[in-house]
Amino acid sequence: MAERVAIELVLNGARRRVEVEPHHTLLDALRDDLALTGAKSCCLVGECGACTVMVDGRAVDSCLVLAAEVAGADVRTVEGLAPAGGGLSTLQAKFLEHGAVQCGYCIPGQLMAAQALLETTPQPSDPEIEEGLAGNLCRCACYEQIFDAVRETAATAVVEPRAPAAAAR
Amino acid sequence: MQPFAYSRPGTLAEAVALLEERGPGARVLAGGTDLLIRLRDGSLDPEVVVDVKRVPELAPGIRADDGRLVIGATTTMTEIAAHPVIRHEFAALADAAAYVGSVQIRNRATLAGNLCNASPAADTAPALLVHGAVVVAAGPEGTRRIPLDAFFVRSGVTTLARGELVTAVDLPLPSTRLASAHERRTRRRGHDLAAVTMAVGVDARGAARLAFGSVGPRPVVRVDDTATLGDRSATDADVDAILDRLLGDAAPSRTSMRASPGYRLAMLRVLARRARATALGRLADG
Ligand SMILES: Cc1cc2nc3c(=O)[nH]c(=O)nc-3n(C[C@H](O)[C@H](O)[C@H](O)COP(=O)(O)OP(=O)(O)OC[C@H]3O[C@@H](n4cnc5c(N)ncnc54)[C@H](O)[C@@H]3O)c2cc1C
Ligand code: FES
Ligand code: FES
Repeated sequence: MAERVAIELVLNGARRRVEVEPHHTLLDALRDDLALTGAKSCCLVGECGACTVMVDGRAVDSCLVLAAEVAGADVRTVEGLAPAGGGLSTLQAKFLEHGAVQCGYCIPGQLMAAQALLETTPQPSDPEIEEGLAGNLCRCACYEQIFDAVRETAATAVVEPRAPAAAAR
Repeated sequence: MQPFAYSRPGTLAEAVALLEERGPGARVLAGGTDLLIRLRDGSLDPEVVVDVKRVPELAPGIRADDGRLVIGATTTMTEIAAHPVIRHEFAALADAAAYVGSVQIRNRATLAGNLCNASPAADTAPALLVHGAVVVAAGPEGTRRIPLDAFFVRSGVTTLARGELVTAVDLPLPSTRLASAHERRTRRRGHDLAAVTMAVGVDARGAARLAFGSVGPRPVVRVDDTATLGDRSATDADVDAILDRLLGDAAPSRTSMRASPGYRLAMLRVLARRARATALGRLADG
């Protein structure tokens, strides 16, 4: 058995230190070692986006990243979206308002892909929204509602880009 | 996934030494979008995975150096697709990078990983062949420059030797503009590996190069020295005659699940015509 790897990362704004198995993915580490079960395990081959999180400000499929790779990185998951004082972010609220959530399984990934899109492209065109969400599948086929929620968020809200916290590398 | 050790060398010398010592027991990890899938499905079972993203010589970045555009090995598709010089001078490469997977995949997938994986369907390969790319490799014997055409052998196999890794890919900044475009055919819209990929480049003197992939064991490049493809007044019949000659030896797999051989051959011609039209348009736009 290979040795566990000690990593330090900034997770949803807080500095965390954790030991991970070298063959575990970031998705495994989030769910099993860090008790954050928002990111979902689904296809595990980069096709569905249910495991989407942000690493250093970019959306990635956490099933295709080794946990050891995020040493020193700024990682954000769906658990970090809601404001610290409680309630929902505008993006989350718009998802509810538009009925974009049915079973909900794909939603954490959809939200993180949308969040990353709105931070890098605050005023996306319709094709840019489609492209930004193209890596996220929804079995319940809420695509229209999800699209509308993202478009309305872009039109009505200022999406606060949180500067990645000073990374350790 | 089967257990393996994880190593993150901070210097090129360390990385090369590890790869040389372990041979097939070690596997380079860049963006992981090909490797992690193979580690999970068990088709690869290395003792150690060597993450090269902290090796300074492989750092992401795109810079001009001595008449060439040098792209660091770990530069991602996202960065390539957005880069102004690539979008103008090597437009087919920007097209190809923008096609790869989804946002999530493009944020991780590296240029060198796309080439080293050596899939016949690798989207960036035809564009890089059209533009005369050179792979820069470092290994136990030092550094060498491998023209991309001499890099691919067959699916999954390159001419990299034991202990060697790719540090950069570079492209000659042309003195005469070579306008180019990339086209591909997939089974469905969105992210899917291509059934056929095609890049065409044309310059102001009428010279043209085309390259295609997913048809045969490796991507191939062909040169049109008749100046027909680069001539905007050429008739459809002239163009088709040249395409027949240049694409004549394409040999698609008979067993692939992605498309039948007849379909691929027909699509090669369609995509070549489309890519040529786009490239000619870009040439006219300056
Ligand atoms: C959902 C999905 C969609 C995809 N869509 C496309 C697509 O549309 N078009 C396309 O072309 N590809 C596609 N791919 C494949 C993949 O994303 C690309 O081939 C990508 O560029 C691989 O780069 P990487 O950095 O992730 O490579 P890795 O997975 O890290 O490595 C790939 C291989 O190259 C070797 N390697 C990597 N870097 C080096 C180096 N510097 N020196 C020596 N060896 C090295 C590794 O050991 C490994 O064998 C897709 C993959 C997924 C999962
Ligand atoms: S579980 Fe990661 S993309 Fe589907
Ligand atoms: S809401 Fe059910 S998968 Fe998207």
